[in-house]
Amino acid sequence: MAKIHVTTKINGEDAEFLCEPQQTMLDVLRDELSLTGSKEGCGSGDCGACSIIVDGRLVCSCLMFGAEASGAEITTIEGIANGDTLHPLQQKFLEHAALQCGFCTPGVLVASKALLDANPSPTEEQARYWLAGNLCRCTGYDKIIEAVMDAAAEMRGE
Amino acid sequence: MYAPNFAAPQSIDDAVRMLGADGAKPLSGGTDLIVQMRSGRNRPDHIVDLKKVPGLIGIKAEGAGFRVGAATPGAELGEDKALVAAYPGIVEGAELIGSTQVQGRASLAGNLCNASPAADSVPAMAACGVKAVVVGPNGEREVPVQDIPAGPGKTSLGKGEFVKEFVLPALPANSGDAYLRFIPRTEMDIAVVGAGVQIQLAGDGTVAKASVWLGAVAPTIVEVDASCLIGTKLDDAAMAKLDAAAQAVCNPIDDKRGTIEYRTKVAGVMARRTAEIAFKRAGAR
Repeated sequence: MAKIHVTTKINGEDAEFLCEPQQTMLDVLRDELSLTGSKEGCGSGDCGACSIIVDGRLVCSCLMFGAEASGAEITTIEGIANGDTLHPLQQKFLEHAALQCGFCTPGVLVASKALLDANPSPTEEQARYWLAGNLCRCTGYDKIIEAVMDAAAEMRGE
Repeated sequence: MYAPNFAAPQSIDDAVRMLGADGAKPLSGGTDLIVQMRSGRNRPDHIVDLKKVPGLIGIKAEGAGFRVGAATPGAELGEDKALVAAYPGIVEGAELIGSTQVQGRASLAGNLCNASPAADSVPAMAACGVKAVVVGPNGEREVPVQDIPAGPGKTSLGKGEFVKEFVLPALPANSGDAYLRFIPRTEMDIAVVGAGVQIQLAGDGTVAKASVWLGAVAPTIVEVDASCLIGTKLDDAAMAKLDAAAQAVCNPIDDKRGTIEYRTKVAGVMARRTAEIAFKRAGAR
């Protein structure tokens, strides 16, 4: 089977790549496009470390074929900051020490951004449910939630 | 090396033709298929992505009912206020499937055709009389959802056939639906027992019609004889009979989530609790 030619948009820029039919979007990001911020934790949609936003929806890039990206608009962790200026979520994660080993952090940040895009004023409970698909084995989650709630408040201008 | 084909047809006819090939598998959200491919349990020769076929994604109100595209992601169901208001039980079943990320992709047709006995969206759909519109080489047919799964991992669909959309019937007057499942943790697990119920009330507030289906207690979902509820307001005697009727249809497996005895006992409890919610919702309309 010949490779599939895919044109798409990643982090606001036109992108194209060749992929094997069975390659996941995560494989494509990491191995074909050198966007290695998205991590593979489980490869089965359980851990959320590979979270990306596709056409406004938060998904696990390990549960999507690269070929499905045709015509889509994708945001990865590499597209969260504005140049050298960190996104408020990234800044708050640093201030609240919401990461330790850091492996889950890209996925948590992308999932948190998707949350605040959809709901700028989440309750703590809503934030915890939304992020329930992002596993972190270090922090115990409290610091992550504190950082997300603080970033949300700052983004609301509070 | 394993190297399947990938195609994303843009019409029903092309999709039917492509799915007619040996070793072809439909792809909607991929939250089961891609995991199965990775583990080696499923190795399709042709992956046919149905999401570009018109009508496969989206929700249309139709009279007092709805047509839901087969590949519509769960998140979209939960965002449709009219659908949630009419069929809260179907939506709560669909929304129990996986995380936010999984909800961004997982679909009703995928959940149904993956044919897990524990599929969370299926019992409430069956209780509400939802039909799957199946298309294939011989045209189109409407099938009650409960007739699609034929056992764990098996469906009654023929070669080249796939589910195009679901027909949610016009909502009966004074009716309510509900879905509850029991899992060992608080979130994101596979049902030990799932119960889907729709109840319609008569003018005097008693039950006129009741449909009760259980998941995860047999190779496919099973219907509970809910005739004991008719003419009652779910008094203790009626609920005891429902509990017994639910336990009577169970034919579960033993696994790490529950023994046969446990599943059977919990099935009775879940049938009662779910019926209570459906009854309250029906009364509130």
